[in-house]
Amino acid sequence: MLKLFELVVAASLVNNFVFTRYLGLCIFMGVTKKMETALGMSMTFTAVMVISAAINWVAYTFVMEPYHLEFLKILVFVAIIAGFVQSADTIMRKVSPGLYYKLGIYLALIITNCIILAVPLTIAESHYNFIQSLVFGLGSGLGFALALIIMASIREKLELADVPRPFQGLPIAFILTGLIALAFVGFSGLITL
Amino acid sequence: MSAAQKVSYFGLIRNGIFGENPVFRVALSLCPAVAVTNTLKSGLLMGVAVFFVQVMANISISIVRKLIHARIRLPAYILIIGTWVTVANLLLAAYEWPIYKEIGLYVELIVAFAIILSRAELFASKNEVVPSFFDGLGMGLGFMFALGAISFVRELLGNGALLGYHVVNTHPVLLFALPMGGFFAVGLLMGFFNWIDIRFFGGHGASGAGH
Repeated sequence: MLKLFELVVAASLVNNFVFTRYLGLCIFMGVTKKMETALGMSMTFTAVMVISAAINWVAYTFVMEPYHLEFLKILVFVAIIAGFVQSADTIMRKVSPGLYYKLGIYLALIITNCIILAVPLTIAESHYNFIQSLVFGLGSGLGFALALIIMASIREKLELADVPRPFQGLPIAFILTGLIALAFVGFSGLITL
Repeated sequence: MSAAQKVSYFGLIRNGIFGENPVFRVALSLCPAVAVTNTLKSGLLMGVAVFFVQVMANISISIVRKLIHARIRLPAYILIIGTWVTVANLLLAAYEWPIYKEIGLYVELIVAFAIILSRAELFASKNEVVPSFFDGLGMGLGFMFALGAISFVRELLGNGALLGYHVVNTHPVLLFALPMGGFFAVGLLMGFFNWIDIRFFGGHGASGAGH
């Protein structure tokens, strides 16, 4: 149990996808202009990460490893995620149009997102078992949500700041992210798995 | 896209490097620009891998564009891109193992690059093979240029070296060599290119954030 908690902390803080592994930056920069979109995105992401971690673990352990198809893992993971996200999109539209109206646009962005793909790739590389994979997916999702919320709240304040013109928008956001990343270095070495 | 067809092939290449530079102007595929640019060599290798995938994906999508039904085109494009990423991944692992160990995950993640899929969707799916080839060439070169510029600055300032050889004999700015130095380098360079654009070409700077 303690090991699993450590895995959550490691995945969300120590190896935070945005601040220490530098993934998912397009989405990170794209949706953090407003707190509301950032919240919607983090919920969708966390859910998709856990589910895709589960499905991809099953596919990898029971199909690809026995038949020595590991070299095809990129293709298979992408196909599974694309298929799963597409069907989630369709089901949500039929079952709960209200939720679809709120979160549907984020689902479309998820297929081409590197974090979503990095989760199953990392799981395959680290040989986690099923429960560990789920927990790793959850921790990564929470870490991404934390990153989005921190950044969104700073950028809402930044709207009022007097930024030099060439640095308005993305450049200042990058420098800010660098500063937050510098702070996240403090978490390194907190847990050694 | 009739306007695009009038553009010369040279114009397509220039558009990829300057007009719609994938990193500095369109601001897509930012992860490798931060993650793998701490030395010039890894930055350039990553650029070559993306260049290869972009060109090959553009060509093959342009060839099969009429056979793919519009409703399933995105998954189909992703599978085509994934195939070429697998090729690039295995080639790099075979020939550049020491560097591959550092940038391997990011090479695998080329498949999720927004820039490659967006060129497939916006250009290759609507144009003949030859213009698509040149569009891929331009975008790939633009990406290589961006990664080269970022890693050049980072290795020079962070280590006082280029391609592993010492060139400057002063105290390096350690901040740029640290992993998160990529954020600062990208932010500063982006601001610098915006400044050039505003100051000398009367543009508005690429203030469009992300998507």
